[in-house]
Amino acid sequence: MKKELKVSAIKNGTVIDHIRPGKALEVVRLLNLENYEDSVTVAMSVRSSLHKTKDIVKIENRELSEDEVNEIALIAPESTINIIKDYEVVEKRKIELPDVIKGILTCMNPNCISRKEGSSKFIVEKREPVVLRCYYCERLMEEGEILKRLRI
Amino acid sequence: MNMKNRDIISIRDMTKEDIEYILKKSEEMEKNMKKNKNLLNGYVLSTLFFEPSTRTRLSFESAMNKLGGRVISVAQPKASSVAKGETLADTVKTVEQYSDVIVMRHPNEGAARLAADVVDIPIINAGDGANQHPTQTLLDLYTINKECGKIDGLSIAMMGDLKYGRTVHSLATALAYYNVKLIFITPEELKMPSEIKKYLKNKGIPYREISGIDEIGKADVLYVTRIQKERFPDPADYEKVKGIYKILPETLDILGNAKIMHPLPRVDEISPEIDKSKNAIYFRQARNGIPVRMTLLSLVLGEME
Ligand SMILES: [Zn+2]
Repeated sequence: MKKELKVSAIKNGTVIDHIRPGKALEVVRLLNLENYEDSVTVAMSVRSSLHKTKDIVKIENRELSEDEVNEIALIAPESTINIIKDYEVVEKRKIELPDVIKGILTCMNPNCISRKEGSSKFIVEKREPVVLRCYYCERLMEEGEILKRLRI
Repeated sequence: MNMKNRDIISIRDMTKEDIEYILKKSEEMEKNMKKNKNLLNGYVLSTLFFEPSTRTRLSFESAMNKLGGRVISVAQPKASSVAKGETLADTVKTVEQYSDVIVMRHPNEGAARLAADVVDIPIINAGDGANQHPTQTLLDLYTINKECGKIDGLSIAMMGDLKYGRTVHSLATALAYYNVKLIFITPEELKMPSEIKKYLKNKGIPYREISGIDEIGKADVLYVTRIQKERFPDPADYEKVKGIYKILPETLDILGNAKIMHPLPRVDEISPEIDKSKNAIYFRQARNGIPVRMTLLSLVLGEME
């Protein structure tokens, strides 16, 4: 397995790579990393190929939950997640937006039954940019509204 | 087509084949009302109306009765366990024990979907807040097809509150399966939502948006909905538009042979003088709810294929 770049290598933790440019700070806020006690490295507009740039977020000593990965998928769907153990990348996977999203955000419609009982469920209607449809009230939720509801 | 145990929740769940099949079966049903009078003998329908809608409830109850089935209903959900804090899921799971099919209306969008997910018997949505009322849409399509002899090739106008009107949203969505032209007649404040217009564009359905009925041109159907005062932040804006979206005897000159439909109840958007004209079909439209709902009940209970 490939060694992490020495400059900002972390010993153990998670590297979120290939975040679309400009979205790194949203990822930081989403994961509530402003108050994280360990080190967090944010790199923005790093050149990834001749014509492309990307953002990177490295978090020491932290693994992401499934819900957190799905939340990141909503704002930066093409990112990759690298799990680092003792400077080595032990696991690498592309973040993929599932077809159905459960529980991580509430429906924007205050009159939706999911706001009263049960839990939220959304069908991914479109991926680029993300559009969700509430499984219950059938309202569409676009990116701006999704960001607002993720509270970032 | 076997629709046994199918829930009827949203017109968005239905393919064109489903719709065509239901319309065809409804036509057969209407011709054989008497022959089917014992078709649902032994079945019990529960009507569960968490908000009142006398017409829709009566229509379903009449449909069930005409098929020889029985109806039980919660007269006032507000006075029953629902008001005591029981969840909707628990209420429908309990009612399921007493019935073979549930027809429900609820003020919250998505309520029927939630109910359908927790019970095994079929649920028919008779309105979930501002979201869906699929049996209304089916009876509207049935009416158009019956009165005009077809749906393909028609020009269908919708007038009034197209922004908040659940009926017209579902109808426009369902009509996108057909080869129709649509005309939307609304004040600036109450235009058809962009989501629906986008959908129509994707489906290649041409539509025109106009602000007055005098620009309607040739139309086969005019679907009228009520404009509610509460929709206008400024009452003065309402006063400005309320007269324009009314059907008066002199409006008939503009309409030619267009059939006038309305989901009812009306307030004053169609003058009672219109009722006797050959254009008026809104009471027949209401009657069409019976064969359509009889058909749906028979299909989901598996007594008709
Ligand atoms: Zn919802």
